[in-house]
Amino acid sequence: MLFNATKLSCVRQDRILFTDVDIQLSAGDILQIAGRNGAGKSSLLRILAGLSEPSEGALRFQGVDLTKCHDDYAANLCFIGHLSGVQGQLTALENLQFWRACWQLKPADDWQLLATLGLAGLEDIPCQHLSAGQQRRVSLARLWLTPARIWILDEPFTALDQSAIGQLQSHFQQHCANGGAIILTTHQPLPMLAAQLRQLELEYRW
Amino acid sequence: MSIAAVFMATFRRDLRLLARQKSDWLNPLFFFLVVLSLFPLGIGAKPNLLREIAPGIIWIAALLSVLLGAERLFKQDYRDGVLEQLVSARLPLPAYVLAKMAASWCASGLPLIIVSPLLALLLGLSESAFVAVVATLLLGTPLLTLLSALGAALTLSADKGGILLALVILPFYIPLLIFASAAVEQAAFGLPYGAQLAIIAAMLCLALALVPFAVFKALKLNVG
Amino acid sequence: MFKWLDPYAKPQRLYAVCGAWQRVLMPMAWLTLLIGVVWGLGFTPADYQQGDSYRIIHIHVPAAIWSMGAYSSMAIAAFIALVWQIKVAQWAIGAIAPIGACFTLIALFTGSFWGKPMWGTWWEWDARLTSELILLFLYVGVIALQNAFADRETGDKAASLLAMVGVVNLPIIHFSVEWWNTLHQGASITKFAKPSIDPSMLWPLLICMLAFALLLAALTCLRLRTAILQHEQHRSWVRDLAEEPTDAKV
Repeated sequence: MLFNATKLSCVRQDRILFTDVDIQLSAGDILQIAGRNGAGKSSLLRILAGLSEPSEGALRFQGVDLTKCHDDYAANLCFIGHLSGVQGQLTALENLQFWRACWQLKPADDWQLLATLGLAGLEDIPCQHLSAGQQRRVSLARLWLTPARIWILDEPFTALDQSAIGQLQSHFQQHCANGGAIILTTHQPLPMLAAQLRQLELEYRW
Repeated sequence: MSIAAVFMATFRRDLRLLARQKSDWLNPLFFFLVVLSLFPLGIGAKPNLLREIAPGIIWIAALLSVLLGAERLFKQDYRDGVLEQLVSARLPLPAYVLAKMAASWCASGLPLIIVSPLLALLLGLSESAFVAVVATLLLGTPLLTLLSALGAALTLSADKGGILLALVILPFYIPLLIFASAAVEQAAFGLPYGAQLAIIAAMLCLALALVPFAVFKALKLNVG
Repeated sequence: MFKWLDPYAKPQRLYAVCGAWQRVLMPMAWLTLLIGVVWGLGFTPADYQQGDSYRIIHIHVPAAIWSMGAYSSMAIAAFIALVWQIKVAQWAIGAIAPIGACFTLIALFTGSFWGKPMWGTWWEWDARLTSELILLFLYVGVIALQNAFADRETGDKAASLLAMVGVVNLPIIHFSVEWWNTLHQGASITKFAKPSIDPSMLWPLLICMLAFALLLAALTCLRLRTAILQHEQHRSWVRDLAEEPTDAKV
């Protein structure tokens, strides 16, 4: 059991978004949080990513309560939300360089990585001049850099074209095969991942 | 060490951004000069009057100019989601904050110090007064930057940003304004002003000790 | 050490406790205020130096002192909220702030009334009044910050952080304004210097101080109960309370 959460509940603006949510995640799992717009999927992911506190509930990483091993958990976590995490005035290469330096990864040439992601020739243009889909690819490039085991992704396929979606799905499969786990939300059908996919439905309240 | 890594990465990145967006440091500088010029235009340009009010108006223009540049401090990183990433990965935020403040001082504090000889010209400052102006700016602009960073962090996700930031932080500028302008005034009369400088230095040390922690907490709560 | 306070951190319990306190404090506050103000304004002998106008100090001094007291209370509540992670303490800040701001306004107005016969003007930049003015700005900052966010919880937390930062600055601002005042007004005696005060004038002053303290506490209880209801409106105990027949005791 890599990660589990019990009896999570979230209150936003005096509205109960969800209560009594239980999550179990083991190595190799892909957990899809499903639900209507407004059901609280993004709020749940932000709680799991350590950005906000749940109103109630306990989270455990590898059996240890999160309040005691927060740094360990954060080191094993990669979160990609709605915001790109990409600085618009820097180029794609500079953005990746920044993340490498912050995560203390060895500095390396990311030309190859960006080429794999279909951004060949665009490495040194300020990211604000790239299209939404291209910016999304730069943002997702972190998934190829990070050593984190747990990935928490909020609608990762937004703005991507078919080839990129396919590429991302096979990268997910590889990650799970290597012992990682993924929690994601998406409105896209995921035919390639149907085998490992589990679903958790969040009820839309009010 | 993770702290040094994050500090250097952020500092380098921010300096690079400043080099690319020259308006980020040129605008506050020209704002400073414009505000300074408003006083003779509004009050009258008699040399004796100007010399008398010079300490006050230099410092008022300086603090307004730093306040102007404050809003952009964390806004871009917040909007782009970079801040969210730093909080989620539990990277040492105080290092990030210090690096941003250092870069911000290079953008809004350092230009003022470099341009200060111009002030001597515009306001007819004596030599001793000018030395005092540079000394107070050297000690005072980091303090201004620290406090404006606090305001920027607190109002990060608020709707009304700019004016709210000014409203929240201006009362905290008042002690610095009092002592800095008093120091320059003393210098203009040829009197010693070491005490005032010492008090400003003390306030700077206190702020260096307490403000990064408060900024770090404010950033976390705005991202959450 | 503070374990016995734990049940009071629960909003429902605190709501009931504040209700009980409020029922006691409010009438006491108004009564003391009535006694103190009528005695002070009406029945104390005239001061040989300042005549009859000095009597306004019975309102001015307690208002000024408790305006600073209210700010300190806000800071203490913010500290409790930070260290022990108690939500109700954060809500208390929004409860106290407007009351403190009103006390500051009262102090400023009465200070102005006091000064008019002395200075001949309605305003003078002396140390105490200037400090009170800056205190008003600090209050306005806290209130504005709290109301500036779409998410109420973020506003509460930001305001509590600002209150704590402000309380550190308060002595610094106070000291620097006093120093500034001596610098710019030379050796003139400050008009608000406390002369040695006659016992006949002292008692109504003390009663007014007590009255303002009780008023601060009572109004805080009232506002805190409202804040608790607002923040907990999604809970069943609030819903039950709202659906109770109106003649039942709340």
